[in-house]
Amino acid sequence: MNPVRTRRVDWARPALFVALATPFGLLAHDFWLELQSPGAAFGADAGEAVTRYLGEWAIRMLMLTLAVSPAARLFKRPRLVRYRRVCGLFAFAYAVTHFAAYLALLAGLSLRGVLEDFIERPYITVGIAGLLCLVPLAVTSTRGWQRRLGSNWRRLHRLIYAIGALACVHLLWLSKGGYGEAALYGALLIVLLGERVARVALRRRGAVGNVRGRRGA
Amino acid sequence: MAERIRSYEITPESVWLSRRAVLGAGVAGLAAWPSHALSQDWLGQRGFAPGAPIADEAETPFEYASAYNNFYEFGSDKDDPSRHAHEMTVDPWTVEVSGEVAKPGKIGIEDLLGGIDLEERIYRLRCVEAWSMVIPWIGFPVKKLIERFEPTGAAQYVAFETLVRPSEMRGQRSFFSSIDWPYVEGLRLDEAYHPLAIFAVGMYGKVLPNQNGAPLRLVVPWKYGFKSIKSIVGIRLTRRQPPTTWNLLQAREYGFYANVNPAVDHPRWSQKTERRLPSSLFAPNRIDTKPFNGYEEVAPLYAGMNLRKHF
Repeated sequence: MNPVRTRRVDWARPALFVALATPFGLLAHDFWLELQSPGAAFGADAGEAVTRYLGEWAIRMLMLTLAVSPAARLFKRPRLVRYRRVCGLFAFAYAVTHFAAYLALLAGLSLRGVLEDFIERPYITVGIAGLLCLVPLAVTSTRGWQRRLGSNWRRLHRLIYAIGALACVHLLWLSKGGYGEAALYGALLIVLLGERVARVALRRRGAVGNVRGRRGA
Repeated sequence: MAERIRSYEITPESVWLSRRAVLGAGVAGLAAWPSHALSQDWLGQRGFAPGAPIADEAETPFEYASAYNNFYEFGSDKDDPSRHAHEMTVDPWTVEVSGEVAKPGKIGIEDLLGGIDLEERIYRLRCVEAWSMVIPWIGFPVKKLIERFEPTGAAQYVAFETLVRPSEMRGQRSFFSSIDWPYVEGLRLDEAYHPLAIFAVGMYGKVLPNQNGAPLRLVVPWKYGFKSIKSIVGIRLTRRQPPTTWNLLQAREYGFYANVNPAVDHPRWSQKTERRLPSSLFAPNRIDTKPFNGYEEVAPLYAGMNLRKHF
């Protein structure tokens, strides 16, 4: 089989890109509606609505990114891991725009306000910490950086679990009385993380053999 | 739970008896108002004295005030109440007044309001989440209603309670809600007796939509919105400070007093400014928050109190 030809018929990648970008597209459409008649798309509190929407998609993309490797193992499709990077980059894009929306629409572009929030409000502290942790992962997500960092790349990118936890805590701490969403994502994170912990534990006992060499994390 | 629901259901005998009790107390005008729920017709017949607008502050349009609500009995998203509150039955509706009163009773809402003049009050509503609205309420001073039940000399506080009916209030059925129903709130009696504190039965010239707390809610404009308890079924005069829902949940974040105060930040939201709704992308409408939400005339109620401690 000719690998070049295989790559050419890989429609999954552009399809995935379109799917992951769809929430941005819907938001752009809502912006357009909002321009025509204020309140039509975002309701009474537009800044809150947009910030929340982007935050929700950031955490969903984060969970999706974390789910890629376990899914590859579960369905015995190791090549699925190729799509992990684009998922992670979209998680980063939604997180960055989420922060930008908070900065522009809720914090009134006041850096002093953001600094005060960062110091005084724990849910913002963990939110910003999570975003900052995403930056090195996005930067080093290329094949070049992967080569340069060698085995350290894998260690660095384990940060994604901590980021997932920070995102869940962020959601939990900003929820006022209904913890359904935070509980849902928290449970998902525990399942995704648990799968890896269980696998490592099994491998240490020699039950799974050398999976690491063949499939990656 | 089932026990609790039953206790609020109307029983013809007790309604009849309490009607007699109110009549016996010499309340005028009851006969003029046949007993039916607080419908638009009812409000039309009653009428109300128009209120004075707030200078330079526009009313929040009805579409926003009736679609952007915190009413956790129907869910925790802002649009949950307007989507689900229609499931709540508000006719018939009875309110039980109890505790330190000479004339306790369980009374149908129409009889409860018999002979009380309605007036419009255009107030700012400041939510603890740093957004605010301007809403024209229709109601009457809290004092007018409470005095009818003749509080005893021992009464120091008044406690309020919202309906509990999980079959019609999906937030009360939610597994993830951390609130211990019923929603309860309270005021010091002198706060409740302040002329600015009202019970509302309507807004924007209409009877209250369910999501805004039909058929009877509290409006205390100098306090954060969560103090203004909705869909009231219980009013109890007490000697001691009553428990309040958000304070029970997070005492560090929500105090009993909850007076609007830009100098005391909330652990989640800066209280220095607010978004006056509607707040659009292109006009965020961010304004400074005023002490007591601009109702400085209530300040004497708190003379000598450390408002950082009693937040």
